[in-house]
Amino acid sequence: METQKHIEEHLWDYIDGTISSEEKTIIEQLLLSNTEWKNKYLELLETHRILQSSGLEAPSLRFTKNVMEGISKYHIAPATKTYINKRIIWGIGFFFIAIFVGFLVYGFGQIDWTAKGDNNLSIDLSRLDINKFFNNTYINIFMMINVVLGLFLLDNYFSHKRKSFQKKV
Amino acid sequence: MSTGLSDNEIIGKVLRGDQQAYAGLVERYQNYVFTLAMRFTKNREDAEEASQDIFIKAYRSLADFRGASKFSTWLYTIVNTTCITFLRKRKLETYSLDHEKIFEMADSKDSGFRANLVEQKSRTNMVNEAITLLGHDDAEIITLFYKAEQSLEEIGKILGLDPKTAKVRLHRARQRLKEKMETYFAEEVKDLN
Repeated sequence: METQKHIEEHLWDYIDGTISSEEKTIIEQLLLSNTEWKNKYLELLETHRILQSSGLEAPSLRFTKNVMEGISKYHIAPATKTYINKRIIWGIGFFFIAIFVGFLVYGFGQIDWTAKGDNNLSIDLSRLDINKFFNNTYINIFMMINVVLGLFLLDNYFSHKRKSFQKKV
Repeated sequence: MSTGLSDNEIIGKVLRGDQQAYAGLVERYQNYVFTLAMRFTKNREDAEEASQDIFIKAYRSLADFRGASKFSTWLYTIVNTTCITFLRKRKLETYSLDHEKIFEMADSKDSGFRANLVEQKSRTNMVNEAITLLGHDDAEIITLFYKAEQSLEEIGKILGLDPKTAKVRLHRARQRLKEKMETYFAEEVKDLN
């Protein structure tokens, strides 16, 4: 199976003319001496010829006229580079990076690294103080990591959605 | 008319204000764009509408074409984005191109489909029908290589692939197309031999 695939790849390269002259000579010798190569070559060549001889599809005769009527309402927009200031793009990028870094710095700044974890949790649920959990240093770290991971996941989700749509169409 | 002028010369004329010169580019690339649009929309009416949008968008953004690549390569990026937007807008049912499903669907929608396939003996129709049975990636690369006559380097540029990867993908696509033709168009292939 693998050999068959290998033969086909070489033969397609030979048909497309994307091989060196030495490889070409070797394949030509194989085509003369080896029936398997010769039969496969004829088979692939036929597919290639059918594909080559099939033309492009043409739209209706009025197509050019319709397009020309369509563009008559428009003007050519100025080239993007003439109105997009790269400094603004960089500025926006730096703004978001600054917010992200600021958030991390603030989050880490809130952490009392010397504090011990509060392990004296009451078993009595009626006297449970939820604030106790959110004041905990480790909860702060956990929440911060979650927010960052959430952003990554959201980005991943949107890019996956876009890719799967493109694949579908 | 602009016949005989190179793409860049026509573009230069259009950018200098000769709107009519754009007709030369439309005539030159209408079949290329329409065939590629057909790969997305699967029907002539939608492909024609999408193709018109593509040429209008290309006209409006013509100042952005810097000539670093071939005009057809640049145009393909507009084909791709416009067709995806077009399908999204239309909320067209995106068919799974699995051959069994496509025939099931074809049978339910149009009982004459198979009969038509047998009748369509022309090479172009047969190949085009076989291409529609392929997945989008395979259909795209075969259309670009054979119908749009793009080189593997250009295809690589268009699809954002290394030319070697494009070559491997083309090999596989051709193999799958050959299988489809043998399965569904065996009689037609025999007639052509």
